[in-house]
Amino acid sequence: MNSKNKLSFGERLLESAFTYTLISIIIGFIVGAVALVIAGYDPIESYGKLFGVIFRSTKNMSYSFIEYSVPYILTGLSVAFAFKTGVFNIGAEGQYVMGSVAAMLVGVFVQAPAYIHIPLCIITALVVGALWGGLVGFLKVRFGAHEVLCMIMFNWIAYYFSNFIVNLKSVNVGDGKTWSRLIQDTAKITTADWLPGLSPHAHFGIFIALFCVVLIYYIINRTTLGFKLKAVGFNRSAAEYAGINANGSVMAALSISGMLASLAGALQVMGVTYKISQFAGQEGYGFQGITVALIGGTNPFGVLLGAEFFGAMKFGGTRFDAPSEIVDIIMGCIVLCIAISNLLRLVVRNKKKGGTV
Amino acid sequence: MDQVLKTLGILLNATLMYTPPLLFAALGSCCSEKSGVINIGIEGMMTVGAFTGAAVGYFSGDPWLAFICAGLAGALFAFIHGFACITCKADQTISGTAINFLASGISIYVCRLLFAGNTETHPVPNKLPRILNSFFEWCSANLSWGKAFEKNGFLDNVFNTYASAYIAFLLVIVIWFIFYKTRFGLRLRAVGEHPQAADTLGVNVTLVRYICVTLSGLLAGLGGASITLATVSAFRPSIVIGQGFIAIAAVIFGKFKPQGAMLGCILFGFCNGLKVVVGSSGSIPVNIISMIPYVVTIIALILFVGKAHVPAANGKPYIKSK
Repeated sequence: MNSKNKLSFGERLLESAFTYTLISIIIGFIVGAVALVIAGYDPIESYGKLFGVIFRSTKNMSYSFIEYSVPYILTGLSVAFAFKTGVFNIGAEGQYVMGSVAAMLVGVFVQAPAYIHIPLCIITALVVGALWGGLVGFLKVRFGAHEVLCMIMFNWIAYYFSNFIVNLKSVNVGDGKTWSRLIQDTAKITTADWLPGLSPHAHFGIFIALFCVVLIYYIINRTTLGFKLKAVGFNRSAAEYAGINANGSVMAALSISGMLASLAGALQVMGVTYKISQFAGQEGYGFQGITVALIGGTNPFGVLLGAEFFGAMKFGGTRFDAPSEIVDIIMGCIVLCIAISNLLRLVVRNKKKGGTV
Repeated sequence: MDQVLKTLGILLNATLMYTPPLLFAALGSCCSEKSGVINIGIEGMMTVGAFTGAAVGYFSGDPWLAFICAGLAGALFAFIHGFACITCKADQTISGTAINFLASGISIYVCRLLFAGNTETHPVPNKLPRILNSFFEWCSANLSWGKAFEKNGFLDNVFNTYASAYIAFLLVIVIWFIFYKTRFGLRLRAVGEHPQAADTLGVNVTLVRYICVTLSGLLAGLGGASITLATVSAFRPSIVIGQGFIAIAAVIFGKFKPQGAMLGCILFGFCNGLKVVVGSSGSIPVNIISMIPYVVTIIALILFVGKAHVPAANGKPYIKSK
């Protein structure tokens, strides 16, 4: 080999995260196939059905790529953004719940025309999310509280707070039901009126989510704030030495993450559920945001692809003859393989070193 | 007076009911984190343990066999986590998250296969025994002050509980002894604080970490099984809901020491007991009471605990040649 610095196409391919993600996805499906065989299903037929369902019609595609994907785009962005600052945002779950509660309350109790009502719901959710996320940042910075632990606690507080709100007399729909009243029509963001061929819950939120993808990409890569956040994430001490306010950066990152996750909750209420129901267990939009962020390699556009993939799989799983948990198994394998792919990359690098030096 | 004693009895009984699963898991988390491997997958390992315990318990009818199998199932998943984190130098948080997904997915999947498409198992015929039962019966029958030991009396409510509870508290002492009084414990802590130094002195960092991580899964599996074989008697998907994470919280709360983690678990168990007692009176909405354990932890974290000393090498894969 004459070029030591330039990598050949094959070598570049072996170095890129995308390749490993792709290999991981393939391995995930292979493990899923094994699980299907054990359960007595024909994997090729089952996978055929899974993808057949996802792409069968415009309506199904709108389920897969809009209704089921929008919350994952935003919670995935939330987790990915915090990762850049070196914070593991396991609190996206609680932030999501607080956003949905805020949007529901404004949606039910405020009377306003749609052009005021919709932004009001979203802004309220954003403020609540920023406070909820920022509060953890504050506790970490001011008292040195362990942020992962705090966020896990905050998730459960949000969970019970939501259940408390749902069961309030003025909010509950009554008749012993366990869900809230419906939000008013002026707060709904459905597209059903002008795009009749799509899922009834394909909503404008997809445009907001896409806008957020671009915005977050811009913030991370093109602004001083993004630079500061990344610097703190890479090396906190060095960043502080260079005059960056590390405490402020952590709080800012968590506030923005909180806003993204709570926006996901708000859009879900305004576009899909129109109400919130009493939880029996954590819904997992926030936790699955972690998966999406990892599949996307914490890059905003990667997160978008990861979320579309995840959302489509989730939708396909609901219309599947084999147990839908197969999707969870596949997803778990993919994330595990992405984590392990580090080894493969090390092996490739070592081989190269041994070969040329 | 009797009423107060009775309420206190129920409170302590509920505390002792909720504490053991957390305690098993917390001790597991403690082992793993002390050796420098973050184990967020405790939640998933508990789920697998809870399912395996219930399934084996139902089919074999032997609660002890089920209890052991649950531990082994947890250990298997922990071994996968160990392989990813130790051999493959994977990001430990990511691997743990994946384990959580996989474990709950596989548990429910297998449950559907074994129980005709249901996500719940049938109840086990035999729970773990209350090992002091016959002792209590003997006392209440034969001693002159045996009334104190009568069925559903204060002592019976509080102390005559399932075997898993005694095992959990006994394990606190065992683990404490291993950590601080044995050579292996010293090596384990050295590996968690400064793996390079330990390696230089001839400690096999990889082996120690593998043992600790696998042990953490074993304990988490036992914790899960102590829910399905003692607290309740069947598995359902929402059975663990967050207890694995709470156990991790208890460990951080207890500054990564087994005895501290125990206090954390008792605090959580007590708050859960409070939920049962106050919730049944109906004066305060149950959802508000349910927040108590979490709020208390945050307050305790801010006021009393301060910065926990995290094992210095926690979360960092050890690369020998570096």
